[in-house]
Amino acid sequence: MTEMSKIVRTITSIAFPFAMIYGLYVIAHGHLTPGGGFQGGAIAASACAMILVAFGSKWTLNKIKEKGLSVFESLGAIGFIALALLGLVFGVAFFNNFLTGSNFLFGTIPATGSGLADINTGGVIPLMNFAVGLKVIVGLFVIVLVMAYASTSFKEDKK
Amino acid sequence: MSTRNIAAVIVFSVVAVFFIFTALLMHPFGMPDESDMDDYIIGNTQEETGANNGVTAVVFDYRGFDTLGEATVLFTAVAGVIMIFRRLKND
Repeated sequence: MTEMSKIVRTITSIAFPFAMIYGLYVIAHGHLTPGGGFQGGAIAASACAMILVAFGSKWTLNKIKEKGLSVFESLGAIGFIALALLGLVFGVAFFNNFLTGSNFLFGTIPATGSGLADINTGGVIPLMNFAVGLKVIVGLFVIVLVMAYASTSFKEDKK
Repeated sequence: MSTRNIAAVIVFSVVAVFFIFTALLMHPFGMPDESDMDDYIIGNTQEETGANNGVTAVVFDYRGFDTLGEATVLFTAVAGVIMIFRRLKND
């Protein structure tokens, strides 16, 4: 994929931070507002795909490292399973929510019924949201990036 | 009629009877009787998991294995896409 016109590139570089911040906000508030790791990750990955469409696959591949992408995706997957296994170690079962009501990170229990939201609640749910969000961002971006790069090199081979 | 056909007719009738009885015993549309699960989750989500968002609490706490499967599906999709396009590049 080649890069698009200067107008598209300028607007993309203005809009990218807002889309990225909105995706990270949806991930971080997954236990309070609608959304979560998968939905926020899809928003942030679409922001990365917007960069890819506007600037082209060659420019994007020069800016990022493939090693870093695989490290981040593995970090998300290992973090998710590690949190589930920690439930087995500190709690009673696989996927046990051992942080809830522990006065530690995210340990507060909110009052039953509607009320003001507190970010410091949810136990392991926010941490799992972060892990899944990281995995979804990198996974979807890698899918789009590999497709774009393969189509570029395939076209060059045909010439 | 061969034995095979007779066996097929018997199996078909038995399965059809089961389906008809199930259809007759179904609840009326939009009026579920067994809502114990819903009531339990709505009533106990906040004190049991500490999350205000009931849907996220179900996805990441009550049904954690489902999310693990979803993450595996995503990983498989990424691995498959990379495998297909890497081969196309080398040819």
